[in-house]
Amino acid sequence: MAVVTRDSDSSGTAGGASRPPAASRLLASMAGLDWLARIWWTCLSISLFAGLWELCWAMGWADEKLLPPPHIFLDNIGEQGRYFNTATRWQVGQSMAEGPSAFESVLITGAATTARVFVGLIIASVLAIGVGVLIRYYRFFDRLVLPTITLLSPVSPIAWLPVAIFLFGIGNAPAIFMVVVALFFHMVLATINQIDTVNTNLINVARTMGASKAQIYTRVIVPAILPGMLQVLRMNLFGAWMVVLVAESTGVGYGMGQVIMLARNTFNPSLVFFTIAVIGVLGFTFDWLLRLAQRRILYWLPDTVERLRVL
Amino acid sequence: MSSEDAPHFSSKDAVVCRGVGKTWAAGTRRAHNALTGIDLDVAPGEFVVFLGPSGCGKSTLLYLIAGLEDATEGKLWSFGDLVDMPSPERSLIFQETSLFPWLTVWENVSFGLSIRGASKEERRTVAAEALQRVGLKAAMDKRPDELSGGMRQRVAVARALAMRPKVLLMDEPFAALDVQTRARMQDFLLDVWRDSGASVLFVTHHIDEAVALADRVVVFTSRPGRIKTIVPIDMPRPRNLFSREAEDLRIRLTDLLRDEVDRAFAEQEALAATA
Ligand SMILES: Nc1ncnc2c1ncn2[C@@H]1O[C@H](COP(=O)(O)OP(=O)(O)O)[C@@H](O)[C@H]1O
Ligand SMILES: [Mg+2]
Repeated sequence: MAVVTRDSDSSGTAGGASRPPAASRLLASMAGLDWLARIWWTCLSISLFAGLWELCWAMGWADEKLLPPPHIFLDNIGEQGRYFNTATRWQVGQSMAEGPSAFESVLITGAATTARVFVGLIIASVLAIGVGVLIRYYRFFDRLVLPTITLLSPVSPIAWLPVAIFLFGIGNAPAIFMVVVALFFHMVLATINQIDTVNTNLINVARTMGASKAQIYTRVIVPAILPGMLQVLRMNLFGAWMVVLVAESTGVGYGMGQVIMLARNTFNPSLVFFTIAVIGVLGFTFDWLLRLAQRRILYWLPDTVERLRVL
Repeated sequence: MSSEDAPHFSSKDAVVCRGVGKTWAAGTRRAHNALTGIDLDVAPGEFVVFLGPSGCGKSTLLYLIAGLEDATEGKLWSFGDLVDMPSPERSLIFQETSLFPWLTVWENVSFGLSIRGASKEERRTVAAEALQRVGLKAAMDKRPDELSGGMRQRVAVARALAMRPKVLLMDEPFAALDVQTRARMQDFLLDVWRDSGASVLFVTHHIDEAVALADRVVVFTSRPGRIKTIVPIDMPRPRNLFSREAEDLRIRLTDLLRDEVDRAFAEQEALAATA
């Protein structure tokens, strides 16, 4: 809720400085209903995109067999959802009709993929921040480890796929491993960069107060780099979503990637687009939750967007 | 060795510098001499202002006295002890706010105590006392970003006072404040200084500020910084800054500085030409 008040405050002052034109007055009055406005713009943005697609279909430019518009691939959710039930489909003696309902299947599959992304993100962040801090803390660790990390960080996560399968076979582990590998190296380098840009005055204050090296790291450096790290995490979130699909498509029991592969193999464009829509919604929600967490945890950060808005 | 280490001066002096100098990045191609040959004694409870063109090494000297950096020439002592690392007895206050943004005001003020593992009650009591002295007890539970620039610097002073320092090192602490706020902060600082009994070493490039505050003004030459002259000010406090005496002082200090600023400019132009 702090978010809403802050937003309305700053738009209030921005608009209140001199007599604002009608349009910005209208915007300012809407600021109180900020979250509503945001939902409205989101819906409008998506509707515009879907509308263009529908238009292409209506004009006959988009073949509905190849590029089925939203009203077609969303129409038979029951039908599409059934394909998500990949877990039970593979069990011997079970027909497509048995097992969880279509809606449940979508939920289960979505949750499984989301959980892999989430677990991967947590492991990657903890490892990366830990290693990054150790690299700056111990000179010899820096010299020993940093070259390898720098060497490996430009490698595409796809190249790690065989390794994931060799090491972990089939299941959750390779998918999580892929997410971790995709994020870890960049996040280590980002952590180091964050540590190097911590305001030296803060460190010097702690030093004059008799803080030990360990205390300077735990009490000053780690809290100081947290905002930047959450930012890095958010930027890497979508990368994690992309990688998890690849990992799943190669042989995890069930998951969104698996459904995409199924759609590809059975030539089912409708299912492809439906899955893309589900992934989009999941990724969007995830990002939104992370942003919310960021504002809650990092209450001391100013809102940059607000500063740009007055331009 | 030992005869050289033994201080041949009163061990009661708050700060003693003998032949102190600093070359940054010594031994590399980017080495440059910021400060050289500084001899200075500061008495306990004395208010000393460092005045000089920017880049002449005033901050560098403060860092050396704080023990945050090692001198490359000479030695420093504080109350008879060789300065070789930072100490809570010598608190440093910076130009830009250096409060921890993730801590509340009282947690900032008691940061030094939490380093020593003091209990929460003790920390809160000490913080309340220190904030009382800077007139900000009511803001205890606020966060730094809720305060104005002047209030933040007062909190920084409170944080330094909470450590009961014997020497307060202040690096252009009021430079980022507007003129009216700065005048108030100077009065406030004089009050704090009087009842803390600490020595204050205060860096500024404002002549007015030097005249308002100092017992002695140390005027620096441009790079590498040396002490050009030391100007004692024996005007009684509270000072009338519009008096004839204050005006004469300002003129004298302006003259002393002008040469150095001119020299610094010429040097920079020469540097730009070769680059
Ligand atoms: N941490 C540092 N590393 C390298 N050079 C520095 C550092 N701090 C200051 N210097 C250099 O030392 C000289 C004096 O700087 P400083 O002490 O900050 O001057 P002042 O405070 O009088 O403006 C400048 O040339 C500056 O570039
Ligand atoms: Mg300076």
